[in-house]
Amino acid sequence: MATSDIKTSNPGVDPKTGEFRVIGPGQTFRSVTEKITRIVLTPHTPLGWFALFAIAGGGATMLMVAVVWLFLKGVGIWAISQPVAWGFAIINFVWWIGIGHAGTLISAILLLFKQGWRNSINRFAEAMTIFAVVCAGLFPLIHVGRPWLGYWLLPLPYTMTVWPQFRSPLLWDVFAVSTYATISVVFWYMGMIPDFGTMRDRAQTRLAQYVYGMLSVGWRGSTRHWMRYETASLLLAGLATPLVLSVHTVISFDFAVAVLPGWHTTIFPPYFVAGAIYSGFAMVLTLAIPLRKFYHLEALVTERHIDNMGKVMLATGFIVAYGYGMEAFMAWYSADHWEAFTFWNRAFGPMGWSYWVLIFCNLVFPLTTLWSRKLRTNISFMFLISIVVNTGMWFERFVIVVTSLYRDFLPSSWGTYRATKWDYMTYVGTLGLFTALFMLFVRFLPMIPMNEIRLMLPSAKITPKATTKAGD
Amino acid sequence: MPAREGTYGLIAEFDNPSDLVRAAKQARQDGWRRMDCYTPFPVEEAAEAIGFHRNSVPLITLIGGLMGCAAMFSLETWINVLAYPLNIAGRPLYSWPAFVVPAYEWTILWAGLSACFGMLALNGLPALYHPLFNAPNFRDGASTDKFFLCLEALDPKFDLTAAKAYLESFQPLSVVEVEY
Repeated sequence: MATSDIKTSNPGVDPKTGEFRVIGPGQTFRSVTEKITRIVLTPHTPLGWFALFAIAGGGATMLMVAVVWLFLKGVGIWAISQPVAWGFAIINFVWWIGIGHAGTLISAILLLFKQGWRNSINRFAEAMTIFAVVCAGLFPLIHVGRPWLGYWLLPLPYTMTVWPQFRSPLLWDVFAVSTYATISVVFWYMGMIPDFGTMRDRAQTRLAQYVYGMLSVGWRGSTRHWMRYETASLLLAGLATPLVLSVHTVISFDFAVAVLPGWHTTIFPPYFVAGAIYSGFAMVLTLAIPLRKFYHLEALVTERHIDNMGKVMLATGFIVAYGYGMEAFMAWYSADHWEAFTFWNRAFGPMGWSYWVLIFCNLVFPLTTLWSRKLRTNISFMFLISIVVNTGMWFERFVIVVTSLYRDFLPSSWGTYRATKWDYMTYVGTLGLFTALFMLFVRFLPMIPMNEIRLMLPSAKITPKATTKAGD
Repeated sequence: MPAREGTYGLIAEFDNPSDLVRAAKQARQDGWRRMDCYTPFPVEEAAEAIGFHRNSVPLITLIGGLMGCAAMFSLETWINVLAYPLNIAGRPLYSWPAFVVPAYEWTILWAGLSACFGMLALNGLPALYHPLFNAPNFRDGASTDKFFLCLEALDPKFDLTAAKAYLESFQPLSVVEVEY
């Protein structure tokens, strides 16, 4: 690779390894603390923040309008009907949950693999997870038709003595997603406790001291506490890793357990999980690139992070490509007439355009360009690619849900699908809700884990001193 | 529990973790037991130095996880076999492979909650008050860039003037007496 020319010219590159530094040179414990706390504790909110929050809040308001109208009129205002009974709601549900998965991957799996570079980006990736799960969880709830009966999904002893049926993947989903949401929140909050301690100690106003003091639960950095805390973090990471793999696996069961051609495939669980991580990393990039620019965090979220995320996307992109290939192969190899037709219809039927959008956005464009280190460290290019991959992954779910359903076994029952304005409003509305929540997060919570960044600075290394001890 | 008044302990402030670990190691060797280090990030060597090697968070997590697994699996079995048996395409009422998935999720849910809340409980958190926050230099440093060693008054060896001189011998930035 063309590392030598970058090595000599760029101060962000470590001359020893030829890799980009995880943290820019010249940072101290105090400087990173100040950089991160200042964003939150400043009395001056940047005007740009208000502008973006207003736009995002407008989106969230649109979501509210769409949902209120939905509750008044019922799911008939959406385009779902027979034969396409699962439309945007399920597409968006799977898409949002998938986006959330990268946050857990960064915070849990990369922690277990001792990938220190994750430390700068794990907090906001986890926040992204939680807000994505909020958006995702909304869709099945409003899709059930009578959302006020949503509690029927839970095994509760109510007076009808009716209980849920545990052989259905849809019920497994309830437990997978609710566990995922809970554990993500716990992991996220626990990770912030020491940082809340820092915020409490650095806050100037009474209100901020009070609020961060309560949030920090009295954290004082005792070594005994730290050791239990580290154990608990590692255990949570170890628990979140199988959890994140199971969540998208269970979601893929919603499809794979059905007998419908196009859904009934064994490749779905791994292919869903890889796709989730693929789109999730794209979303982390979508958020990280403007954030580091806007808040001048280039020393903490460096080219190394962007580069590494590009590599993860390249790897998961190829797993996704394998999934697509396997679908096509099995359509032919199964010698099943319906499977073959479904695949042909997907690629060349009336909605074939969506399949080619997905192939271009997920395979052709990213998997040819992400090889290049020059492009992986080109910030604008990576922003572009993150948008392209997110679009592609949305279309993947569209292809899976809609093109499998609209032409099934009997031509007499074929139909089509055209989303209504309410579908679009709900979808765009969740984008607004997600952005609004994320804006509140960057304004009020420490978006980069200070304690983990401190640990990565060279001065955190313990050096046994050769000088005679003063205490002797 | 002794009356909460008088001196909680003495804290010595260090500029870097290496000095702290060196001092803590020496203090432990010299027979101090009631002491603790306070750092802005986890310093494993400091835990070694004060002789804190093991904690029971993993055990609590394991117990929590097993309880979650047992709770969900028995709930599913009870519901689908006894409380509300449904014939789903002729499958057996006790379809244990299908029950594995929610039981798996609840194993993780309970284990994760046990890990977090167990950790907090063992740490005695949430705590609304701690005497250390009375030290004037603690709040500025302990959560940012300073490293503290605290010798607690409950240690049998503790004598205010002697302990102060002892801590001074490590050449810390400062030694401060902390009141309850």
